[in-house]
Amino acid sequence: MDTPMIALLEQRLERLRKQPRAIRFAARNPVLVAGAFLLLGMLALAVFAPWIASHDPTEMNVVERLKPPSAEFLLGTDALGRDIFSRTLYGARVSLLVGVSVAMFSALIGIFVGTVAGFSRLADKLIMRVMDGMMAIPGILLAVALMTLIHASVATVVIAIALPEIPRVVRLVRSLVLTIREQPYIQAAQATGTRLPLVLIRHVIPNLMTPLIVQASFIWASAMIFEAYLSFLGAGTPPEVPSWGNMMAEGRSVVQLAFGIILYPGIALGLTVLAVNLVGDGLRDLLDPRIARKL
Amino acid sequence: MNYLLKRLLAVIPVLAVVAVIVFLLLHLAPGDPAVIIGGDTASAEDIERIRETLGLNRPLPEQFFHWVGQILQGNLGTSVFTGMPVAEMIMQRVEPTLWISALTMLFAVVFAVPMGIVAAWKAGTWFDRAISGLAVAAFSLPVFVIGYGLVYGFSTRLGWFPVQGFKSLSDGFVPFIRHLALPVISGGLIYMALLARMTRSTMLEVLGEDYIRTARAKGLSKRRLLLRHALKNAAVPIVTTIGLGIAMLLSGVIVTESVFAIPGIGRLTVDSILRRDYPVIQGIVLVTATAYVVINLVTDLLYGLFDPRIRY
Repeated sequence: MDTPMIALLEQRLERLRKQPRAIRFAARNPVLVAGAFLLLGMLALAVFAPWIASHDPTEMNVVERLKPPSAEFLLGTDALGRDIFSRTLYGARVSLLVGVSVAMFSALIGIFVGTVAGFSRLADKLIMRVMDGMMAIPGILLAVALMTLIHASVATVVIAIALPEIPRVVRLVRSLVLTIREQPYIQAAQATGTRLPLVLIRHVIPNLMTPLIVQASFIWASAMIFEAYLSFLGAGTPPEVPSWGNMMAEGRSVVQLAFGIILYPGIALGLTVLAVNLVGDGLRDLLDPRIARKL
Repeated sequence: MNYLLKRLLAVIPVLAVVAVIVFLLLHLAPGDPAVIIGGDTASAEDIERIRETLGLNRPLPEQFFHWVGQILQGNLGTSVFTGMPVAEMIMQRVEPTLWISALTMLFAVVFAVPMGIVAAWKAGTWFDRAISGLAVAAFSLPVFVIGYGLVYGFSTRLGWFPVQGFKSLSDGFVPFIRHLALPVISGGLIYMALLARMTRSTMLEVLGEDYIRTARAKGLSKRRLLLRHALKNAAVPIVTTIGLGIAMLLSGVIVTESVFAIPGIGRLTVDSILRRDYPVIQGIVLVTATAYVVINLVTDLLYGLFDPRIRY
């Protein structure tokens, strides 16, 4: 290569070096960074809700019912005179809590069951048959059936939403384990006498993490929508919990009078789900460029 | 024929597992199954009678086979609230749900597949980006928020469509479509997004193949290239997604019916939740899961139509 070419390259490199790493990262992963900022904003609103909220989210005020937005009630009031702005803020707590819990719960069960299926031929047949059956039931109906049988609380809602998500995680984990199992480093570990549980914990499960984190972020997003569906159908968190789903479910009867009761929590939910979806898309592009190019 | 038989037989274990799950859900949940089936208003004698007729004192496997036997004869149990057979209640509500589901599917396929094809052909352009953006947006909004938004805009404000309700086809085609337009659009958007994304990605993959380059080199028209050479080879994954997406579609329809007060299966689900009418919910789960399995069986069998390499 002749000298001007090298000089040019060096110049370019110099310019790149001067650019802060954070900006370079953001320029390369705009989707991930945009999603992360939006999500951090929502998290901050949820965490600092008691300081930002202008009213107690459960305080009823019959005189002030169905008020339009004003200085006192930024987004107006609902049919019981509760402040929609404050309730939407507190709703972020429930929604995010349910979303994260469902993602972690289904991922944990999925890792366990999927790994067993991947390593044991006998269990594999049985497990995959059960998963096929679970996937044949529309997720909402499976959750609804469970919720009519058990006492409603935030914890039972998490279980009911996680249950239909489990087969998808199990399938992913199993297919990954089947590939990882044949890798030389696994055979080496086993050949040197490492016991199977240790092989799983040290070598198999860490290699599952990347695709699993991407999948978990999509489950997190869909779980928040699911929570709203369950509340909307009357099978969600108890009515006294100020969740976005409950707010929208209560708004149903007065939607013709005050569209805002459904609109504002709906926008909050939509933005939060969008943020998580963007983070998921961004993570997938960042961690696994092979899949990213396909989609 | 051999394949057909094998594929038909493969349906049995899936449905068997569905039955086991539904059965165990009731029997492993905390609380006495007889009390759950009897509902809140049942007296001690009622509960004793239920225990007797369902044989709840007998061992679990025996109960299971008895229950499955009843289902195979078309007996899905009796509603706690109305006292009517569950199968009959579902049959009464099935018409609107079938119409919405079928039209939603038609709507989604008619729009999503061409959108996906064009997005793949023009990958990286503003059109492609707009389709991807719309898909992410559709995935981020609950069906009922879209539904109420459409009602607010097109019914309350503009008055183009009725706010809610259902008209049977026998009441005339125009009222029928006017009542179904908004439910179909609001329930179909997410399914459309899923299909458009899938069509785009499989078309992108096919368009990178050698035979497409050859076809292009010999000067085929864009239309012929896309529809004859590319779409035909991308059809199998697209049809698979249409089939697998049915579960998502049904979930959407159940919620949409509530928004538009349509007296279908979704409405029956909500009513049954309010009445804590477990036998009806159990029946709905069994019927929809069977429908899902059958539809996917049909799409599997359709592959041969799209891909002559597949022979049964």
